[in-house]
Amino acid sequence: MNSASLSLSRDDRPILIAALFILVILAAGTVYTFARFGSAPLLSPTYLLQQLQIGAFLGVVAAGMMIVILIGQIDLSVPWTLAAAAMMATSIGGPLAIPVGLAIGLLVGLVNGIGVAYLRVPSMIFTLGVNAVMRGLMVAHTGGYAPQTAATDLMRTLASDRTLGIPHALFVWAAVSVLVVVMLQRTALGRYIYAIGNKEAAAYLAGVDTRRVTVICFVICGGAAALAGVLLAGYSTKAYQGMGDAYLLPAIAAVVIGGTNILGGRGRYLGTLIGVVLIVLLNSVLSIMEMPEAGRQVIYGLVIIFMLLVYGRGERVVS
Amino acid sequence: MLDDVAIKVRQNVGIVTAVLLFSILYVLYNLAHPRGFSSAVLVQNGNEIFALAMVAMAQTVPVLASGLDLSVGAVMTMVGCFASYLLTGAAAGAPLHLDIFGLHLALGTFPGGITGILLGIVLCLAIGTAAGFINGCVVVYGRIQPIIATLATGAVYIGIALFLRPTPGGKIDEDLNWALTNSLGDFAATVHIFDDGAAGWFAPIAWIPVPFVLIVLIALLVWVPFRRSVLGRAVYAVGSAEGAAYMSGLPIDRAKIAAFTLAGFFAGCGGLFLAIQTSSGNADIPQAGAYTLNSIASVVIGGTSLLGGTGSAIGSIFGAMVLRVISFFFRIFDIAPLLQPLFEGLILLAAVSIGALGVLRVKNTLELFR
Amino acid sequence: MPSVPPTQQAFLALSGISKRYAGVRALEGVDFACERGKIHAVLGENGAGKSTLIKIIAGVVQPDAGTMRLAGNEVSFASPSAANAAGVVCIFQELSLMPDLSVADNISIASPPRRFGLIDARAQRRRAEALLAEIGCEDVNPLMRARDLPLSRRQIVEIAKALGKKPQLLILDEATSALTSADVEKVYAMLARLKSEGVAILYISHRMHEVEALADRASVFRNGRHIETFDKGMRSTADIVQLMIGRDIATQYPPKPARKAGRPMLALENLSWEGRLDRISLRIGAGQIVGLGGLDGQGQKSLLLALFGVLRGVSGRVMVEDREVRAGSPAAAKAVGIALVPEDRKTEGLMLPMSIADNLAIASLGAISTGPFVDSAKEDAAVKRAIARLQIKIGAPTDPVSTLSGGNQQKVVLAKWLMTDPRIILLNDPTRGIDVGTKQELYRLMRELADQGAAILFYSTDYDELIGCCDRVAIMYDGRIVRELEGSELTETNIIASALNIDATADGGVAHA
Repeated sequence: MNSASLSLSRDDRPILIAALFILVILAAGTVYTFARFGSAPLLSPTYLLQQLQIGAFLGVVAAGMMIVILIGQIDLSVPWTLAAAAMMATSIGGPLAIPVGLAIGLLVGLVNGIGVAYLRVPSMIFTLGVNAVMRGLMVAHTGGYAPQTAATDLMRTLASDRTLGIPHALFVWAAVSVLVVVMLQRTALGRYIYAIGNKEAAAYLAGVDTRRVTVICFVICGGAAALAGVLLAGYSTKAYQGMGDAYLLPAIAAVVIGGTNILGGRGRYLGTLIGVVLIVLLNSVLSIMEMPEAGRQVIYGLVIIFMLLVYGRGERVVS
Repeated sequence: MLDDVAIKVRQNVGIVTAVLLFSILYVLYNLAHPRGFSSAVLVQNGNEIFALAMVAMAQTVPVLASGLDLSVGAVMTMVGCFASYLLTGAAAGAPLHLDIFGLHLALGTFPGGITGILLGIVLCLAIGTAAGFINGCVVVYGRIQPIIATLATGAVYIGIALFLRPTPGGKIDEDLNWALTNSLGDFAATVHIFDDGAAGWFAPIAWIPVPFVLIVLIALLVWVPFRRSVLGRAVYAVGSAEGAAYMSGLPIDRAKIAAFTLAGFFAGCGGLFLAIQTSSGNADIPQAGAYTLNSIASVVIGGTSLLGGTGSAIGSIFGAMVLRVISFFFRIFDIAPLLQPLFEGLILLAAVSIGALGVLRVKNTLELFR
Repeated sequence: MPSVPPTQQAFLALSGISKRYAGVRALEGVDFACERGKIHAVLGENGAGKSTLIKIIAGVVQPDAGTMRLAGNEVSFASPSAANAAGVVCIFQELSLMPDLSVADNISIASPPRRFGLIDARAQRRRAEALLAEIGCEDVNPLMRARDLPLSRRQIVEIAKALGKKPQLLILDEATSALTSADVEKVYAMLARLKSEGVAILYISHRMHEVEALADRASVFRNGRHIETFDKGMRSTADIVQLMIGRDIATQYPPKPARKAGRPMLALENLSWEGRLDRISLRIGAGQIVGLGGLDGQGQKSLLLALFGVLRGVSGRVMVEDREVRAGSPAAAKAVGIALVPEDRKTEGLMLPMSIADNLAIASLGAISTGPFVDSAKEDAAVKRAIARLQIKIGAPTDPVSTLSGGNQQKVVLAKWLMTDPRIILLNDPTRGIDVGTKQELYRLMRELADQGAAILFYSTDYDELIGCCDRVAIMYDGRIVRELEGSELTETNIIASALNIDATADGGVAHA
């Protein structure tokens, strides 16, 4: 029984620490705004909802990234998968816009998965190559200029509009989150994902088709990136070059800060969710403070190292 | 002896392939170029190759030890920004000050003239090396996976670079720029040696571009001795079989720290040159990212295994040159440069997929998981 | 008793050395000594404690109790390099070469020759050449990478690497097992020279004729105890085999049913693979337990992996209930009802950080799922049934499986497969490192499964266990099945004789096959 609580705390500790850190960020930000402007925007629901709406795009990307990290791989093709989905969706337009955008993501994921699972090329390098190819295709497609096409109404509605005051993007993020949680916790696929991340050889010898699962994970990640791209295009009313560049590293950081082991096999989706919120709030506090980009980057890096050092120390005490 | 050569070739088939690929591509390029095989073209190419070659060397060392350094581009960028302050070459020296959170701190005057330039170069390289050392310590003592550790430290270094150069700017001593980014003859003329480069014996080599000479010098004076040192071999051993390395009593922690430190040094060389070449410092985040990613591609094309233990920084130099030559072709053949990333990506994918065909020969599928 | 007590002039002297692994006794109160200028053979069955003994001497593990003296001074080695520094050098069975480094690099890895502070590649190469020449293997090019050498040459390099450390005490642990016979002769000559130079040599081998040819003295170990030490010629081979078997085994085995085997369940015809399996033909009926015996590494593990779809390029036929089966992956093997308890439960059998329930259910998730969803009620019930059936002692099913003892972990691996209702069960040394009580439970369970109609192929390094459990035992040597023992033939003497590929005759004399 004792060990049960230990195993719980092993996965929960990072989530707890990250949640506490969110409170620290909120508190510090509020103290700052109160002292400087005499107001506390960080505590206003409207402001928070708006921040979370922006965070939804990162959240969707991070959900897919987490699946791939759980099996001990990584997907560096996310930036241009996202951009390609957005660009193709806007240039196709009409009712097919969203299906085509998503299909692009699934296809990219399929290619990634085949390269990693069947050719056993390290995912780090294969997805990097696929990212370059997607970028090349998109640059060739658009001629290197900002695409002139616009997002469809449905895309805009999904990304920007609100129902009952809640942004639709949040509903999408919530739906993705529910799907991921159900998949990880309730389906055989979810078990296989954790098993492969823990010990691929053992999963293989247990008769799990590890290659198929690996491909599925990359397809999911590609699909999530594409969904984020479609949403982001809807939010910005158009697709643009490099729109995905700002999502790769924050997504990985959110997953890792949420306690998912970068080598795979361990981590809960709640952690990723909290990791995303942490990064989004950190960003908004820093922008309220008018922190220049330089300071943001430094703080950003230090936060990741700090969090991992704290998690790591806890782990050594347990072992 | 013939045997030995055959063995060496077989063991370095990746490097040999990269060298051959580069040679063929480069000859074709020069044949197609209207001013092909001229010093001017060589000089231009050398300048375009140098920084990537350095960053590729930087990436090689941690990869050999089974790590990955995602901060090489950031270190390069940061050092470049430092260089744009330290290498201005102002005769009277430059006042150094730090403006942070509204405070103004005067840090004294940096010496001018040649002393200042030499001191500046040393400082820049020291900064890069220190950044690499910090990476190594975070990985070894913080027990954080290299990928994620260098991702984070990379953000910090980029932050410092942005802090130094929120917008592109600064200045590099013009003579320094001229001397290092042209041919040996121009170098001699600028620093007034060999009768300003007019010495008779000097003429046959005066056409060689300085960047190529620097690459060779750095490879010979830094990489080769490192590879032959006990620590350097420990890097290979750790990447090959960490358990066996431990059983043999090798200094594993020191080897890993050394690998990241050396990576910082090489990345620093790249940043220094980039600043000198562009005569400015520029905290360009996308550029830093592109250099990091291309460094990984260069390492793979240069025949180094991402699993560690086998390969060489020399191969990575050629890997970097292959990548660059491909982009030269776009200029020559007037192909839309827009297609360039597409081809780069396809070439990278083809290279790694061909390398992965060995998977099909594995007879015990359990070995795939080790 | 022709026993030789430890003497004053002993170079290495152990007294009262004990070592346990996770509660399982590996060595118990061992006194042992060896002298300079003598080749001292260490004999014993698999698991007799020989490996632990040399690991302690070589500084790989530290003893729980007892003292070790080297040339009269008490020593304790914290690491292999500390032992090396004192002149104790071991050539291990598991190779310690770095595959991507060259032969020359590997040989001089610990203290390379240097010039101006850098490794002197030429001197290093000359050194490698000299050492390889000392063994008589000049044909190994020091520039070759260890990875690119065949196993037998790698072993030569290991020996050269050890020689380069100028050993005072050289330990060879099955160091000749992978060598060709020509190389074995060369190694013998080298050992003779070292002996004449006054080096103490500990020699561990399963090959009885090697021991006879080489050793000046031999010590027999059994069940973690030192049984006897005697000089060359004092004991016949038959005596030695008897000493190795001993009489102190009292494990209970479930009774074997008298009935004949049922319908044929598994039939192999001319199975070959990569020179490691050589035309294997074997039949197992429903309800039969067939053992795989022989020395370690004669192809037993490859055979199990081949049947489970892990190996590629297997030739020959596999019939399951008279239908030819070509399982290309473990998933396919599982689909035809084959289960494998793999060699290393920690890396191949279990996902250690995951929960007991997750580990149990992983192979049978298809059966307890509705569509893509795991039916948690069914899962809980199945997990509970499995835990009850194998009497796995656990806290809660949600505990990480790493918190269990070795025996219970092995039960989890087996239970995981029983949840798939397999027809054919392949067991790769499932009782290794497990306490006696759990072993007996596993034996009972195996018999129970056989009685319910399963066919079991059981590889074990413990001969006693093979005799106790199996209806029939196939002995493997060099990738072939050299003999199948059944009924009254199934004795320890016969197994050991077949395993050593010698022909032990009734009068106690030994002829080499």
